[in-house]
Amino acid sequence: MVSALAAHDFEQARALSVASAVLDPEVPCVTVADLGILRSVDIIDGVAVAKVTPTYSGCPAVLAIELAVETALLDAGFEARIERVISPAWTTDWITPAGREKLRAYGIAPPGKTSSSKMALFGEIVVACPRCASQNTSKISEFGSTACKAQYQCADCKEPFDYFKCI
Amino acid sequence: MATNADFANTLIALADDHLILGHRLSQWCGHAPMLEEDLSMPNMALDLIGQARNLYSYACILEGSGRSEDDLAFLRSDREYKNCLMVERPNGDFAHTILRELYFAAFMHPYWEAAQSSADKTICGYAQKAEKEIAYHIRHCGEWVIRLGDGTKESAERMRKAVTALHPYTEELFTITPAHQACIDAGLLPDLATLKSAWSMTISTIFKDAFLEIPEIAFPQEGGRDGRHTEDFGHLLSELQFMQRAYPGQKW
Repeated sequence: MVSALAAHDFEQARALSVASAVLDPEVPCVTVADLGILRSVDIIDGVAVAKVTPTYSGCPAVLAIELAVETALLDAGFEARIERVISPAWTTDWITPAGREKLRAYGIAPPGKTSSSKMALFGEIVVACPRCASQNTSKISEFGSTACKAQYQCADCKEPFDYFKCI
Repeated sequence: MATNADFANTLIALADDHLILGHRLSQWCGHAPMLEEDLSMPNMALDLIGQARNLYSYACILEGSGRSEDDLAFLRSDREYKNCLMVERPNGDFAHTILRELYFAAFMHPYWEAAQSSADKTICGYAQKAEKEIAYHIRHCGEWVIRLGDGTKESAERMRKAVTALHPYTEELFTITPAHQACIDAGLLPDLATLKSAWSMTISTIFKDAFLEIPEIAFPQEGGRDGRHTEDFGHLLSELQFMQRAYPGQKW
């Protein structure tokens, strides 16, 4: 019995680690675990059940992400099922500190950690340049290459960069 | 007491607003006056169509009739769509498009805020996400309305024309159908009457900075919630539905 439980725990941990390593298709420097869109992986009746939450209502990557997680689990020898979780809704606050650092290193300014505040949406915000850390930056476009990003430019190092919008 | 049919039908009407407005915005892709707008229009369209998909899918589950979100989006006749007339109006010039989006976003923001305390957990989840998305639309479109209203003689004149043309359509946003009333009574969906002050506040604040007057509505333009649409709607549907009508069941 003890060994059966241990085997179950081991398989569950392995499934979680396999699913956690899947990269986001649009921002491939971070994993689904870094972004906080993989909510959990459990082995239920021998099936690896991964709970995934969408970032944006209209995010075209949602299906790609679900398929990638399912494929990763299948490749690792699991029988897999994906469940889409709607509530509680994902916000950028779910991005882990490690995920934020990876975004910055990749050249994308990470979102501020104030998504529930209206100030983040309506107030003026300071976005630090991911290259030189200068706060002397300005917004070029409210909308960027994907639904989750806006475009900024650094006035000091002149580098244009993506900003991961705080929602 | 709200039946599942009341709930589903009310969600479908709201989803229709989102789908049709999203389709209208998508028509700007590749035609916008500047690069930022060529990005912003499809981005906002994507938000609206994503929100429509959520609402359609959930309505299908509530209905339990085996219809899918695609059936609802692509395979109904014009009379079966219950979107308000404003969202189907032709894009017109940029001033018309941006004002229409502002009118709608200023309505949906307090709607989603209120919907977060719905007795239905799925609606709460959708609302939490959509509220933040639509806030961006208000900000972006509001800035444009101010820039154009407080811009050149030409831009201010076009903004005024857009207000005159579109304001009479705003009343229909607040129409409460009997099915919607049942959902309000059951605590499932927001009471639209309570959203009016937030909507008016957003619009009047922006109009003040844009030097625009809020006109009196002598003849509200309504009918969409009953399935009575404008001539332009048929043309819109012919484009929206073409692939599924020409190649039934087509997938890609």
